[in-house]
Amino acid sequence: MRVSPEHQDPETIQRILHQARTVAIVGLSPNELRASNFVGFYADRHGYEVIPVNPREDEIMGFKSYPSLADIPGTVDVVDVFRDPGAAVEVALQAVAINARALWLQFGVISDEAAEIAKAGGLDVVMDRCFKIEHARYIGRMHWLGFNTRVITGRRPGHLL
Amino acid sequence: MQNPDEKPLRSFGFHTRSVHAGARPEPNTGARAVPIFQTTSYVFEDPESAAAYFNLQEYGNTYSRIMNPTVAAFEERVGNLEGAIGAVAFASGLAAQSAAFFTLLNPGDHVVASAALYGGTVTQLKHLFRKMSVGLTFVDPDAPENWKAALTDETKLLFAETIGNPGGNVLDIEPVAAIAHGHDIPLVVDNTFATPYLCRPIDWGADIVVHSATKFLGGHGTSIGGVVADSGEFDWSNGRFPVIADPSPAYHGLAFHQTFGGYGYLMKLRAETLRDLGGAMSPFNAFLFMQGVETLPLRMERHVANAVTLAEWLRDRSEVTAVRYPGLDDSPYSSLTKKYLPKGAGAVFCFDLAAGRQAGQEFIRAVELFSHLANVGDAKSLIIHPASTTHRQLDEEELAAAGIGPGTIRLSVGIEDVDDLIWDLEEAFARIA
Ligand SMILES: Cc1ncc(COP(=O)(O)O)c(C=O)c1O
Repeated sequence: MRVSPEHQDPETIQRILHQARTVAIVGLSPNELRASNFVGFYADRHGYEVIPVNPREDEIMGFKSYPSLADIPGTVDVVDVFRDPGAAVEVALQAVAINARALWLQFGVISDEAAEIAKAGGLDVVMDRCFKIEHARYIGRMHWLGFNTRVITGRRPGHLL
Repeated sequence: MQNPDEKPLRSFGFHTRSVHAGARPEPNTGARAVPIFQTTSYVFEDPESAAAYFNLQEYGNTYSRIMNPTVAAFEERVGNLEGAIGAVAFASGLAAQSAAFFTLLNPGDHVVASAALYGGTVTQLKHLFRKMSVGLTFVDPDAPENWKAALTDETKLLFAETIGNPGGNVLDIEPVAAIAHGHDIPLVVDNTFATPYLCRPIDWGADIVVHSATKFLGGHGTSIGGVVADSGEFDWSNGRFPVIADPSPAYHGLAFHQTFGGYGYLMKLRAETLRDLGGAMSPFNAFLFMQGVETLPLRMERHVANAVTLAEWLRDRSEVTAVRYPGLDDSPYSSLTKKYLPKGAGAVFCFDLAAGRQAGQEFIRAVELFSHLANVGDAKSLIIHPASTTHRQLDEEELAAAGIGPGTIRLSVGIEDVDDLIWDLEEAFARIA
């Protein structure tokens, strides 16, 4: 299924990655082999505050897990979704309700309806993209495994990677 | 929506990407050329980082059999030029192909391949697949229905060259890709002869592209190498590829497609196949390949221009019965060339001498500038008699299928002054007359 380029826009992605501090991961699994766990581990390692949202767990990766977005006490910048596409609409409604800044739907979580809801609620939307891969793309590490970052620049990076 | 602090990204052109893709200035030293990272291994920041790298939870360098920053720059450059999601480099073109196949196949599977392939590839497929207990059917690639007719329930991939070596068959990529996708399997294309400058198979529906970088990508005949690029579009979780989709026993149960999405195949190709089979590209070769790729578009334009001139000149010689260059307007592949190779049909082609095998060998002895050797895609012009060299292991039937006769001569046209190349061939004709 094709995803609108509007929901995979490089500038939007970079802005979200740059500005976000808290990332609520909906469907974060405690299983270290699941994609959601990879992303949670990575986001924590790179300085984001990870907030697990998983009603079946009390704690994941050492962080308190909440049954739903509405139960999170503080502010949430990014709502990162690892759920069936069918569950995305409900998550989008909740993300709008808690005033999150961005709705990020991971690989395969494709829902135009969820995207419309989030957009109408003033959130940035990213769809069928991985938070970890996009972060690694722009800080340069993804390049180390031969992936096409599409980054073209003649400038020396201003900070150590 | 645009953040005014950020420069908008641009869709850079092919020449720009040939020079820049994958090669940002080195952050620690500022080195503009990509340094040759001649190191086997990399010091970990701390034990947690080491574990994260080995678990693939973080992208990091561990050991140069699996990744190396110089090789990575070459990989990203080729991946970028092919319009792929990324690439993995190998010690040779054949190492790249075998790794691409090994990652996808299990015993009992079946492959349909073009019969008009580089002889070394034909040999590789026959022997490698027999040892892997993988079935193999060669088809005449020119009619898409031949591909369809050869499919079985076990067929797991289709394989062909964009421009066949040395017959010059141009693959009708779009319908063959559609046949593959109708069967829920990928089309793998060897794009060595076209290079991404002349054709990008992924744009036409191919899923995986392999290269012998030894040829035009390197371009100077200095190094052996290969690379596999992936579109990232194929759905490995369609039920037909448990080898990619299921939890991997070779990587503590990691499910590569589920965890890495479109990147899953390349991750598995690197983290398992390259790790286990070990045919890694050396950083020094990667450096030379990158130098080559910087001038790829310039060289290909000159290669093609010289090839067209020589092919047309040979067509008019009485000693020559046929010139099989898909870039000639009377070629049977002319309409496919216009569609898939509008900038030219490469610079490798065959012609047949009326006088047969003996004349073929005499002609090769008689040239001055052309070097008699078993390679193509060098800046220098090359010549060979395939029936007695590159395709020697093939039987009569296989030779015919590959478009090779006893008097067939293969040229790889270089970037010299074309008048000098014509002079050389003219003198050779005079000498064997
Ligand atoms: C079309 C094609 N593919 C693959 C190869 C194999 O590449 P390498 O020699 O780098 O292993 C060759 C080499 O001649 C070739 O011509």
